[in-house]
Amino acid sequence: MEVESVIGVDGLEAKSEVTAEAQSKASLEVSKDGYEPIHSKSPVFFDLYQRKSELKHQTHYCPGCGHGVVHKLIAEALQELGLQDSTIFVSPVGCSVFAYYYFDVGNVQVAHGRAPASATAIKRSCPEKIVISYQGDGDLAAIGTAEIVHAANRGEKITVFFVNNGIYGMTGGQMAPTTLVGQKSTTSPWGRRPANEGFPLHMAELLATLEAPAYIERVALSDNKNIMKARRVIRKALEIQRDDAGFSFVEILSPCPTIWGKNPVEARRWVLEKMTPTFPLNVFRDRRPEVPTGDEPLQRTVGDVLEITPKTHLHNVSTTKRAYHFKNVTIKVAGFGGQGVLLLGQLLIEMGMREGLEVSWLPSYGPEMRSGSAHCHVCLSRERIGSPLVSRPDVLVAMNEFSLRKFASEVATGGLILYNGASVPADFSAPGAQVVGIPAAEIADKLGSTKAANIVMMGALLEETECLAPGTALSVLEDKVKKPDLLEIDRRALFAGRLFIDDNAHIGAVSQSDGFA
Amino acid sequence: MRQLCKGNVAVVKGAILAGCRAYYGYPITPASEIAESAALYFPQVGGTFLQAESEVAAINMVYGAAAAGTRVMTGSSGPGLSLMQEGMSYLAGAELPCVIVDVMRGGPGLGNIAPEQSDYFAMVKGGGHGNYRNIVLAPASVQEMAELTMLAFELADKYRNPAVVLADGFIGQMVEPLDLEYREIHPPEKSWAVKGTPETRANLVSSICLETDELEEHQRRMEAKYIRAQEAEPLCELCYTEDAEILLVGYGIVSRVLLSTVDALRKEGVKAGLFRPITLWPYPSKTLAKAARKVEKVIVVELSNGQMVEDVHLALNGKVPVEFYGRVGGNVPSVAELQQLVLTRMSAMV
Ligand SMILES: Cc1ncc(C[n+]2csc(CCOP(=O)(O)OP(=O)(O)O)c2C)c(N)n1
Ligand code: SF4
Repeated sequence: MEVESVIGVDGLEAKSEVTAEAQSKASLEVSKDGYEPIHSKSPVFFDLYQRKSELKHQTHYCPGCGHGVVHKLIAEALQELGLQDSTIFVSPVGCSVFAYYYFDVGNVQVAHGRAPASATAIKRSCPEKIVISYQGDGDLAAIGTAEIVHAANRGEKITVFFVNNGIYGMTGGQMAPTTLVGQKSTTSPWGRRPANEGFPLHMAELLATLEAPAYIERVALSDNKNIMKARRVIRKALEIQRDDAGFSFVEILSPCPTIWGKNPVEARRWVLEKMTPTFPLNVFRDRRPEVPTGDEPLQRTVGDVLEITPKTHLHNVSTTKRAYHFKNVTIKVAGFGGQGVLLLGQLLIEMGMREGLEVSWLPSYGPEMRSGSAHCHVCLSRERIGSPLVSRPDVLVAMNEFSLRKFASEVATGGLILYNGASVPADFSAPGAQVVGIPAAEIADKLGSTKAANIVMMGALLEETECLAPGTALSVLEDKVKKPDLLEIDRRALFAGRLFIDDNAHIGAVSQSDGFA
Repeated sequence: MRQLCKGNVAVVKGAILAGCRAYYGYPITPASEIAESAALYFPQVGGTFLQAESEVAAINMVYGAAAAGTRVMTGSSGPGLSLMQEGMSYLAGAELPCVIVDVMRGGPGLGNIAPEQSDYFAMVKGGGHGNYRNIVLAPASVQEMAELTMLAFELADKYRNPAVVLADGFIGQMVEPLDLEYREIHPPEKSWAVKGTPETRANLVSSICLETDELEEHQRRMEAKYIRAQEAEPLCELCYTEDAEILLVGYGIVSRVLLSTVDALRKEGVKAGLFRPITLWPYPSKTLAKAARKVEKVIVVELSNGQMVEDVHLALNGKVPVEFYGRVGGNVPSVAELQQLVLTRMSAMV
């Protein structure tokens, strides 16, 4: 490789027709090779680059830089297609960071590599508009690899112009993911060695492995013929977006004379001779993607979706009479996942809320649940609830022996432990708390579903503590359990739990047999 | 009508009520229900939900939607928020309004998923590069998860700045009654947004100010709006502070435990009070200073190794002794523990 590292702008006077085109009419001159350039400037460019602080009549790009050419081709295409007013141009971080100096369209400047992400959201906010993501190779193929792959994979209806100059221009010539094997840069001073830096990344080919993209082509700014080709391809990519046909991507092999240390003419030749063997020019994708359309979500009113329209079918809150024994109560429900531990807690607060109480429910969450055990904290209160965290529960509902042993010591003095088991383990004692064993699983089994054990426990809890009215429990179950057969089992489970306590009234702390059965 | 709702879900309900119609995010415990309920609700009300490929992408999607003038949000927890810092700096620099929810978990690193309040510095003091502020709101209930999210959208638009809802694992995961009323929201007209229309063609969204003077001027303007916010926006709650001899300070889940602690202490005849900042930035310093004027001691409780306590020190400026008590790792102090703490620290006073 004969590439030298960095700098050496030898071409300031060697202004080729290419850069001159992107510059203002004021700096017209006929190039030395006698070729008569067309110096008219697309109206998609500003007349004067007011956003620049100085030299407002010319671009900041180096002479012979491919960015200027690509800008011109994009501007012309937008003009031809009549898209100037409806275009949003997303500029990256890189030498083209200031694209908004030039393009008289809506402009959004974004973070390094993230243009496809920002463009995605812009397009989804403005689906009718033309959104262009313009990126260099560091921006797109290094720091922003994830964003481009995923935007392409989603088939975002945006157009990406990928300017591949094989180098980091803006930061002064560091290695890019597209730097050629052997090519020197300030961070590959011995030339790119695949053993250390890997091989050049072929973005067009890589994206062409995805299903969603509609159009992927690589072009080169190597000579007039190829530039004319690039012009057509850029226009086509924009047409695809205009026609709502899908994701379009154009990779443009582009000269960076400054960093490559070449004059503009040599640089263009270098694109053809050195870059195209590694990055062959080709159409990698040109077809409308087949995107299966699933069921579109039904549009509903905000009130309906958020369930903030009053529902009349729910049982009226205020008419449910609260059990007279009520005092503020804190409950911990614990057991294995699958025993309906969290659900039991949720049913209790639903009931509490319907009875006009303040309520809170706090679950164990995450990996703890994966290990198979779960618990939740329930507070029912007449007043505003302070801590939703129950460290000294009045009641522990232990759905298994593990929970019984683990949490019994937390129960408040004078508290109650309801244990899912006919008898409490012989070696277990909980000084200061009342322990009641309820063969909830067996009862539920007999009713037709072991899963209803939690409802049996709920019946027992309500009967024993009278913290909430059984009528409220029934109405909550009726609203929550959709399947009639399951609802029937739950109804009977609730009843059975209450009956069990009622039949064993002697063990209760506060309850007396009220003979509800 | 009251409905039971999980804190994380309430965020999304509040957002939709506030006219937010775009959500971009990446799942993480204990914030995932935000993304999940957004995925469920947004498409039904004509909004956009997209699961991004990372939090980096998510925050830059937020940037894009905000640039286009859409009310937009994202939600995550510690590790995700770390990834979003560059984007948040860009959002602040480009003066783009958006709402970011952080349901804090244990750190550093992967830490755990239990509640902590250790992202205070990152969210309140910055986190990203450069001179900027986040507006930061700290809900302490499910109701506030919705209401402060709504407020966050208002403030974000008012100041053209990101607003953060800073919750914790417990506030996000707990279920409480939520009372919401439907109201028509008319987000402000954003004439600066880039929408691909003739009227907005001249608009530019960017955080670049190449010239030193230009960037200084830009930052001075940002500072000016931050000063306005400091004057107008601080919010806090005071409980039993009039006759308090000892003032407990905490936010989020800690404030809930502290409220119970104050109740318990009052029953024992200890004159304790609670100061709960609701806006963490701007910090309600003036009200705190006033509330602490007559107290003998201030105790700050956090699920961190001492982050918000710095703002308490700044507010009180050495006039009242300030002590700190922190639990970390996901442990939340119990009422009994804090009660004991106060009693010991009180007895140390005499
Ligand atoms: C997060 C971040 N990292 C690094 C940079 C510095 N940086 C600015 S431009 C750039 C490389 C741009 O190269 P490329 O995308 O190839 O564009 P070119 O300048 O060659 O057109 C880098 C590394 C940055 N702005 N942000
Ligand atoms: S450094 Fe290279 S890419 Fe950047 S403006 Fe100059 S020629 Fe163009």
